[in-house]
Amino acid sequence: MIEERPLFIPEQNIVLEHNGDIDPEVLEDYSKIEGFTALNHVLTEMTPPEVIDQVSRSGLRGRGGAGYPTGLKWQTVAKAPGTPKYIICNGDEGDPGAFMDRNVMEAYPFKVLEGMTIAAYAIGASQGFLYVRAEYPLAVQRLKNAIRQMEKHNLLGKNIAGTPFSFDVDVRLGAGAFVCGEETALIASIEGRRGNPRPRPPYPAERGLFGCPTLINNVETFANIAPLLRKGAEWFASIGTEKSKGTKVFALSGRIARAGLIEVPMGTTLREIVFDIGGGIPDGKAFKAVQTGGPSGGCIPSDYLDMPVDYESLLKLGSFMGSGGMIVMDETSCMVDVARYFMEFCMSESCGKCVPCRVGTAQMYQLLTKIVNGDATLNDLALLESLCDLVRNTSLCGLGQGAPNPVLSTLRYFRDEYIAHIVDKRCPAGVCPVHKREHQEVNA
Amino acid sequence: MTVVTLKIDDRDVSGRDDETILEIARENGIVIPTLCYLEGLSIAGACRLCLVEVKGTSKLLPACATRVSEGMEIHTNSERLTQYRRTIIEMLFAEGNHICSVCVSNGHCQLQDAAVALGVDHIGVPYLHPHRHVDASHELFGIDHNRCILCARCVRVCDEVEGAHTWDVGVRGIEARVVTDFSTPWGDSDTCTSCGKCVQVCPTGALFAKGKSAGEMTKQSEFVEYLVAMRGRRS
Ligand SMILES: Cc1cc2nc3c(=O)[nH]c(=O)nc-3n(C[C@H](O)[C@H](O)[C@H](O)COP(=O)(O)O)c2cc1C
Ligand code: SF4
Ligand code: SF4
Ligand code: FES
Repeated sequence: MIEERPLFIPEQNIVLEHNGDIDPEVLEDYSKIEGFTALNHVLTEMTPPEVIDQVSRSGLRGRGGAGYPTGLKWQTVAKAPGTPKYIICNGDEGDPGAFMDRNVMEAYPFKVLEGMTIAAYAIGASQGFLYVRAEYPLAVQRLKNAIRQMEKHNLLGKNIAGTPFSFDVDVRLGAGAFVCGEETALIASIEGRRGNPRPRPPYPAERGLFGCPTLINNVETFANIAPLLRKGAEWFASIGTEKSKGTKVFALSGRIARAGLIEVPMGTTLREIVFDIGGGIPDGKAFKAVQTGGPSGGCIPSDYLDMPVDYESLLKLGSFMGSGGMIVMDETSCMVDVARYFMEFCMSESCGKCVPCRVGTAQMYQLLTKIVNGDATLNDLALLESLCDLVRNTSLCGLGQGAPNPVLSTLRYFRDEYIAHIVDKRCPAGVCPVHKREHQEVNA
Repeated sequence: MTVVTLKIDDRDVSGRDDETILEIARENGIVIPTLCYLEGLSIAGACRLCLVEVKGTSKLLPACATRVSEGMEIHTNSERLTQYRRTIIEMLFAEGNHICSVCVSNGHCQLQDAAVALGVDHIGVPYLHPHRHVDASHELFGIDHNRCILCARCVRVCDEVEGAHTWDVGVRGIEARVVTDFSTPWGDSDTCTSCGKCVQVCPTGALFAKGKSAGEMTKQSEFVEYLVAMRGRRS
């Protein structure tokens, strides 16, 4: 049953504006929808500090996961001593089920490049890299095509638009591992080394690519830049919540009537997203939870459907914005099984450098497997919880630090499901292969 | 470079702002356990044993990789840290196959020493019993992967000090192993100079010189610090 509601669809497009109206391979098409007006304006009318000031005042925060203020990051790189400076666009998108950045790169290659070029002007970089997941050949082809056309039109290369500013961009293919999306691992990978994270500080803003100050932002972050500068910081800051401005693109998937990409203002409630935009749960099933933030995220139960989605609220609920994956679950989903699925992902994607993540994810995966098979005791659960605490607090990078989150959040809201598997040897959703307790079989 | 004052475990100490917490702690006789760190090599930050608490941040910071700053207040041995360190050691034992009684490094092993110092008296996490190999193809040396803790000291000394870059880390996650020349047998290596530096810096009995029986393998790693200092390119 799809719930009857007034059809109120609060979608708003900044990143996905003119959705489908333009040919992503034709520069003139992009120009027709005010493409490059921001770049031209910035290069001829604004100083780099003025650009950074606009970005800061807009309240834009990084869309790659952690929500770091974009203006502040630009300012730090601009002020960091040392030349040359580099810009990297992070298009490594490796979360299971995520395809937001892929869509943006495929549909709006010029917009991503316009954002990068503006950023390069603002921080004083002359070379940029687009690091794209190798599994996205169409995105790679369209970005390369866009670079060639922009070079032809003097929007990239030497003396852009007749100004003294020069900037070149190269596309680099991802090494194929999820962890290569982590900024220090990504930098190592571009430098031709094994894609392992390293301790921060020093942050890339200070010592990044080839030891030089480096700005690294996500695809969607860069895609926000041109519209933001075209319409102004105040306009951008008027959208969203107090601390989370603008919109966010989500990939809505799972047990939902209308799956797909959506773009909503920050602060839209989960209920609006799941029921108004997504059309609710199909087949008359009951809503159970939404998983956000991918393998570092958590599951939010129905009690919090009216929570506005922004960086702070998600963190408070034990989840994470992440890059924008949103998986809807209904009563037929087992939360222990979900936690085990994400742990398996983290275990196989761990780079293996640091002990807590390398060994801890394998240990936690084994314990979760024991639970779903009905072989675990309450001692195993206690060990699982203490490993969650250890791995979260001692791992080197965000992969390990976030890996316990799916377990912690399902324990927080669905502890009874864990207990049912361990004590009653029963999977409430009927998903897991728990063995029947022997005496029950005898009694039956 | 300026001189800063800070507090480690409630003691007032001073140092240069290009020094790490670990360096200053050691200068002052404060012991912080380490395994992947080796003076003279680049910092890996991999074992996580040296994590300390720093006032003003909720994150634990690796002492080997964190520069000191004015007014820092650091705690190096709270009950919480000790508990984490014990579990990390337990994880290392559970991840490999460490049978100390037959190991060439028994009694001279830094993993063993760390376990003793931290009071690890049992292994509280399940043993993973991995299938790992021994490569005895090299004329002088051997590697027993069962005892490798993936500290990557061998990788770093070979690359940074010897300049041979024979060692690397292959595969990822729990399957990660150190490898020689694109996973070919060590004895077939074109790059290995047989200098033995990797053997000397290995904290466990994973890398050993042939012809030693249980407990006979002692190692000297101080040469790294000396060599690097003499060449004047301390990093
Ligand atoms: C394991 C891991 C994977 C990551 N993968 C991505 C990714 O695919 N894309 C991305 O933009 N950021 C990813 N990040 C975050 C980046 O490290 C970095 O914070 C981000 O690119 C910064 O851009 P922003 O400030 O625009 O968000 C990942 C982080 C971790 C720890
Ligand atoms: S947390 Fe995991 S992915 Fe990150 S450095 Fe450690 S082992 Fe590698
Ligand atoms: S062989 Fe020894 S030095 Fe090399 S990674 Fe393993 S434990 Fe460390
Ligand atoms: S000694 Fe610092 S992380 Fe290993």
